[in-house]
Amino acid sequence: MHSTAEYDLECDQVSKHFGSVRAVDDVSFVIPKGSFFSILGPSGCGKTTLMRMIAGFEQPSSGDIRIKGRSVISTPPNRRNVKMVFQHLALFPMMNVYENIAYGLRCSGASKDVIRAKVHDVLERISLPDVANREITQLSGGQKQRIAIARCMVLDPDVLLLDEPLGALDLKLREAMKIELKLLQHQFDTTFVYITHDQSEALVMSDHVAIMNGGKFVQIGTPQELYHKPAAAFVAGFVGHTNRWAGRVSRVESGEVEVATDGGLSLRGIVRGTVSPQVGDIVNAYVRPEFITAQRSAGHNPQADAGQNTIEGRVDSILFNGANSRVLVKNRAGELIEADVVLTGDEQDLKPKDEVILSWPVAQTLSFKD
Amino acid sequence: MQKDIKRLSFLLLFAPFALWITLLIILPHLGMLHISLREKVAPRVYEFGFGNYLNFFNEPIYWNTLLRTGSMSLLVTLLALILGFPIAYYIAKIAGRRARGALFLMCLIPLWVSDLIRAFGWILLMRETGVISNTLQWAGVINAPIEFLYNDATVIMGLVYTTILFMIVPLVSTLDGMDDAMIEAGYNLGGNGPTVLRRIIIPYAMPGIVSGCIVVFMLTAGSYLTPILLGGKNSSWFTEQIYDQFITRYNWEAGAAFGFVLLAFTSLVIWGGLKLTGQTLNTTVARS
Ligand SMILES: Nc1ncnc2c1ncn2[C@@H]1O[C@H](COP(=O)(O)OP(=O)(O)O)[C@@H](O)[C@H]1O
Ligand SMILES: [Mg+2]
Repeated sequence: MHSTAEYDLECDQVSKHFGSVRAVDDVSFVIPKGSFFSILGPSGCGKTTLMRMIAGFEQPSSGDIRIKGRSVISTPPNRRNVKMVFQHLALFPMMNVYENIAYGLRCSGASKDVIRAKVHDVLERISLPDVANREITQLSGGQKQRIAIARCMVLDPDVLLLDEPLGALDLKLREAMKIELKLLQHQFDTTFVYITHDQSEALVMSDHVAIMNGGKFVQIGTPQELYHKPAAAFVAGFVGHTNRWAGRVSRVESGEVEVATDGGLSLRGIVRGTVSPQVGDIVNAYVRPEFITAQRSAGHNPQADAGQNTIEGRVDSILFNGANSRVLVKNRAGELIEADVVLTGDEQDLKPKDEVILSWPVAQTLSFKD
Repeated sequence: MQKDIKRLSFLLLFAPFALWITLLIILPHLGMLHISLREKVAPRVYEFGFGNYLNFFNEPIYWNTLLRTGSMSLLVTLLALILGFPIAYYIAKIAGRRARGALFLMCLIPLWVSDLIRAFGWILLMRETGVISNTLQWAGVINAPIEFLYNDATVIMGLVYTTILFMIVPLVSTLDGMDDAMIEAGYNLGGNGPTVLRRIIIPYAMPGIVSGCIVVFMLTAGSYLTPILLGGKNSSWFTEQIYDQFITRYNWEAGAAFGFVLLAFTSLVIWGGLKLTGQTLNTTVARS
């Protein structure tokens, strides 16, 4: 055998077409053992379809899926050692918690004693040792979540698939469950493939994230890579918050471009993405708010630093959110720009209508030609 | 003030229902109960007693007919369930959104024709000189006309046909409420087709199954036209006995007593069925 068994899951040029809709289009990736892998993309980009192919509920139009190095294309869903936590959990309401967890073990023909021991063990591990005899309707949202995971984990799957399992929870519980899921994944030491359209879930929990759009994987990387080194305009715009300017290239020089924006600004930025722009091309420049500093202008414009972009504007509003506060600045062209600020609560703080100068490094101005 | 208005509107809304129940169901039954409990001692002279009921138990032909009606009704219920479940499953889970309405309508079509016409239609098909017999002769499968009417199989077939809709409707509505993900989860966790059916789909559909069975059993045990027309003299359906007492013998006392015996018997069977499946009337009616 070749060395592929070090990967729990491999997808090789997998595609799925529904009529003329390419729900999943030529997707390839590998997931190393025991990692937390997220697939992040807007709704309708094909995440669920991809997951259903891995679970065996859809047959790929082309391509191969391997689990632990073995192709599962012709294996029916109930024979694949891939378990799935459904979007609405799909716990069985006519069975109690114990029966729900025991169901899979019964299907595999385990003996009564083994079943009892395993169910109690897994309930212990998800820290719900006393709920075995409860009905599903008597559980809280977070408990149901954990039971749904336990029901899969008790079967010792090679890969656990989770399809937006936190979508139905309220915000506070969702925050708590994010951390809990990560801990559970560590504890079970199983590969989790987590699907979400919520970037904060993906960034917080994952070892690796694949950004998906229109049925294709745009970029795969660690959360830091995706955030700081987006390989495509879609990733730059989708992951994290960002300011965007569209404009025309007026000068190209060793990896740097000068962009004349539609609003009449001149910005310098570094080239990113697969296509290098030429003079006259249309590009999009992305700058994250945390790289922009806003200073009250002291009557005169500071000399433009070689490595900085500077523009003038007027504070439009303050978006106070504790340590994550921002200002919205309106420039001459009427564009709104977001910048992070530190608000200390004293006189020095920026206020609406203040004249400010925004500056940020050229190296943080990521320009993509699409 | 507000409370009074609320109470008044409740009474106004409730009144038609209460009237309907009282006038059309409770009062006639009380009347029947009264009639069933009087014995005729001389023309126009009656006295209170259980003689009519004792009569029923003393005459084997009566309770044999009741048992026969009961067991055949159970068989009809079972057949309606076995045939109706796949149809309901197809309508609720497999057919597309648009096909669903059309299929449902097709199940309803038989109800647009009255019982009587439907039964005569069957007679036209199945009698000795009917379409089926003639076709088979023409095709050379048989060489003499065959009478398909007036046997139990035909009666059962006719009853299944007329009642299956009442099985399908509650089944479709419970199965419709079942998330497809539940079935997929059943497979995903390692179950094969039969396991998923037995451990997940059927338990989930139980309220629908039980309420469908109750309705079909009641309708069948109380049906009159279909067994008489398709079964003829041999059908020995219990409702025929009741009809006989009321109309032919003009013995209302015995007829009323038989009516109550039938009511008690069907209630007993349904109670037993509910106990057996662990359902309560409440859950089945609410869920389906
Ligand atoms: N069974 C199906 N038949 C036809 N089109 C489908 C089917 N399932 C999904 N699609 C289409 O495939 C695309 C991707 O859907 P999905 O995988 O559910 O997206 P996501 O989970 O990312 O929101 C959508 O455009 C959807 O309409
Ligand atoms: Mg989805």
